[in-house]
Amino acid sequence: MSPALETVGLEKRFGGLTAASGISLRLAHGARHALIGPNGAGKTTLINLLTGVLSPTAGRILLDGRDITATPRHRRARDGLSRTFQVNQLFPGMTPLETVHLAILERERRGGRWWQSAGSDTALVDEAEALLGRFGLETVMTEPAGILPYGYQRLLEIALALAARPTVLLLDEPAAGVPESERDRVLALITELPREVSVLLVEHDMDLVFSFAERISVLVAGAILTEGTPSEVAADERVRAAYLGEDGNG
Amino acid sequence: MLTILFDGVAYGMVLFILAVGLSVTLGLMNFINLAHGSFAMAGGYIAVLLVNRLGIPFLAALPLVFLAAALLGVVAERVLYVHVYRKSHLDQVLFSIGLVFMSVAAVDYFMGSQQQFIELPETLRRRHQILGIALGGYRAFIIVACGALAVLLELVLSRTRFGMKLRAGVDNATVARGLGINVNRVFALTFAAGSGLAGLGGALGAEFLGLDPTFPLKFLVYFLIVVAVGGTTTLLGPFVAALILGVADVAGKYYVPAAGGFIIYTVMVAILLWRPHGLFGEAR
Amino acid sequence: MSTATARDFFRRRTAWRPLEFVFWLAAFASVLVFPSRLLLVNDVAILGLFAISLDLILGFAGILSLGHAAFFGIGAYAAGLVALDLAGDPFLGLAAGGLAAGVVGLATSFLILRGSDLTRLMITIGVASIFLEIANRAEFTGGANGLSGIAIGPLVGFFPFDLYGRTAAILSLSVTFFLFLLARRLIFSPFGQSLRALKENRLRAGAIGVPTHARIVAIYTVAAIYAGIAGALLAVTTQFVSLDVLAFRRSAEVLLVLVLGGAGWLYGGLIGALVLKVLQDQVADLTEQYWEFWLGLVLVVIVLVGRDRIARLWRLPRVLLR
Repeated sequence: MSPALETVGLEKRFGGLTAASGISLRLAHGARHALIGPNGAGKTTLINLLTGVLSPTAGRILLDGRDITATPRHRRARDGLSRTFQVNQLFPGMTPLETVHLAILERERRGGRWWQSAGSDTALVDEAEALLGRFGLETVMTEPAGILPYGYQRLLEIALALAARPTVLLLDEPAAGVPESERDRVLALITELPREVSVLLVEHDMDLVFSFAERISVLVAGAILTEGTPSEVAADERVRAAYLGEDGNG
Repeated sequence: MLTILFDGVAYGMVLFILAVGLSVTLGLMNFINLAHGSFAMAGGYIAVLLVNRLGIPFLAALPLVFLAAALLGVVAERVLYVHVYRKSHLDQVLFSIGLVFMSVAAVDYFMGSQQQFIELPETLRRRHQILGIALGGYRAFIIVACGALAVLLELVLSRTRFGMKLRAGVDNATVARGLGINVNRVFALTFAAGSGLAGLGGALGAEFLGLDPTFPLKFLVYFLIVVAVGGTTTLLGPFVAALILGVADVAGKYYVPAAGGFIIYTVMVAILLWRPHGLFGEAR
Repeated sequence: MSTATARDFFRRRTAWRPLEFVFWLAAFASVLVFPSRLLLVNDVAILGLFAISLDLILGFAGILSLGHAAFFGIGAYAAGLVALDLAGDPFLGLAAGGLAAGVVGLATSFLILRGSDLTRLMITIGVASIFLEIANRAEFTGGANGLSGIAIGPLVGFFPFDLYGRTAAILSLSVTFFLFLLARRLIFSPFGQSLRALKENRLRAGAIGVPTHARIVAIYTVAAIYAGIAGALLAVTTQFVSLDVLAFRRSAEVLLVLVLGGAGWLYGGLIGALVLKVLQDQVADLTEQYWEFWLGLVLVVIVLVGRDRIARLWRLPRVLLR
């Protein structure tokens, strides 16, 4: 059975700069896989490659065995690949309800319907509301997203990625900027994700990584340094060295 | 045929001088100034007043035109433009179109709508025979003068402190500020210089571009072509783009007069399709 | 929170506000109330429709265009040519105008998908300039003199177009109202929601599955059809097509109108058109060049004061707002 997500020799060069080289990564079904590495290692670049924001200079990406290397961004989302952004990417003028509802509409291939009223399928509206409820956002669901406090925006960011019922979820530093008090909530939400969703988590917060991940890949200077279980990676001398800044772009 | 090339190069040189200010301000402050042509028009009309009405010799009037247009730029920038820097592109477009309409109407009111001609000195009007080609004296003067200006600009940009600050600001304004460069002051000076150059270009080009109140709108597309195709990160880009445009337009009008500006617009659209950030530009 | 709240939210948004009924009743009543100003009513309806067409791309999809007059002009010329060469039926003219503009809109929509705001600006100006050049030079468009001698037959066979402009005004108002209804439906549909999303954050819209390019092509084409029908209305009701239907001034003017009333809520274009045309009518005795000056001044002032502050003037209670 093919992995949920796989890359084969993935490479990205910007002129003379190699942001990603020879990355071969396998995300198993139901995985709780973390990607760590020092700043500038290329973690977000990798996520951008996986989701189609960037196109690779070499290599292939396979989603459940299907080659999606040339598939456009929006189709990857429809195929079940969802992501969150390190910096919130929301729709400031739209309410959380409309935002999540739209993602659900697109999932159901209803986004192009121009003759219907947006809220006409009440089942989908209810689903949006329920999803927001799970994230504790139901009290603000009719406020414009742009005026919400940062913590709520972050939760919405994650909720939005989940609205598409993805098979593969890429989380790019979900706890970034979230105040200490709220981190538990973010962690709880991530650990409560169903096993049907395979998760790749990019994080700096090591507590989060070690309490969540079953498998960890270490990315340094655009290449995978090592991969293994949390205890293996924690014990690896090279990983420690990479983080202490002796190596890598810093 | 060589005459056409010659004329086209002269046309292109003037276009470069006219558009270079726009290219730099766009690159530096990401500000779309559609009213750039108004400064050119102002320069042209100031030249008409100085030369025709006050009797100042053409060559002596040119530096005065530059200064006057630059002064106009300074005033406009400090009083009006400075409030619009941070606004959206839509706002900048609306604002600058508004200025164009105001300037066009004002010039029409005060100077009338007929085309204006500057009295050129006799020496420049003569035609010369060089190597068997008929070369207009004025066009030769244009090529030499604009060429010298272009070289001067390149020297300022690459050899002076101001040029270095300008290049830094164009590259990354935020970082430049962090390095202590007063980007706003650089911009004000650049805007003034760009307006001055536009005015100078308007005076120089009045002879064969045609100077009347419709000038800013008529040539708006040409300026934008130079900037969009040539990019905003170098001087060479707009220079080459202006030359290509000048030669293409003159050649086009000569060989296919029925098509008029049609060819230019089509070529522009084609180039922008191929390279949305211009032939020389980079994605910002 | 009960489930009713979420459903209510959507229901409330799409519901017709009382003021909207008042607006349209007043619009149609103007035909009876101002029998001597029907030409003005006609002008307002046409400009309003043109402004709605620009709103569809600017207000709802965030596409900056300074060449929208291209579609208006193409529609006008198409309607005029059909009347001259085929038959003078007004609806045939409108259909021809919409179709011609729509085809060009579809064909050129691909040009504005990529690139910066400046590139888009240039391409839209460029495309409009190309068509202006064609109309200026070609024989069949009448060149600089435009198309004249257009004879339009009576509306549905009964109502002739006369100098009083009653048939014209009613036709323009009706067409505008009908197309407004369609646009309103579109705005509140899933399609409309996806447009809002891609306007606010194209990156994220793509990431949640919105086919951004396809949606932009679609709305650009629809906007072109609307603009084409507006142009066709002008040709049919005034029975003349002048070259300035394609002029840059027209693109700038419709942009001003939309900004006056506020982009992004459909009524902005209509209100802006009303304000502009009424003002223009009142100061009609001033010469052409003064008008251009004031137009420019208004644009500058609007920007300096701030478009959002101006928009607040029009905050009619709970009418269509985004």
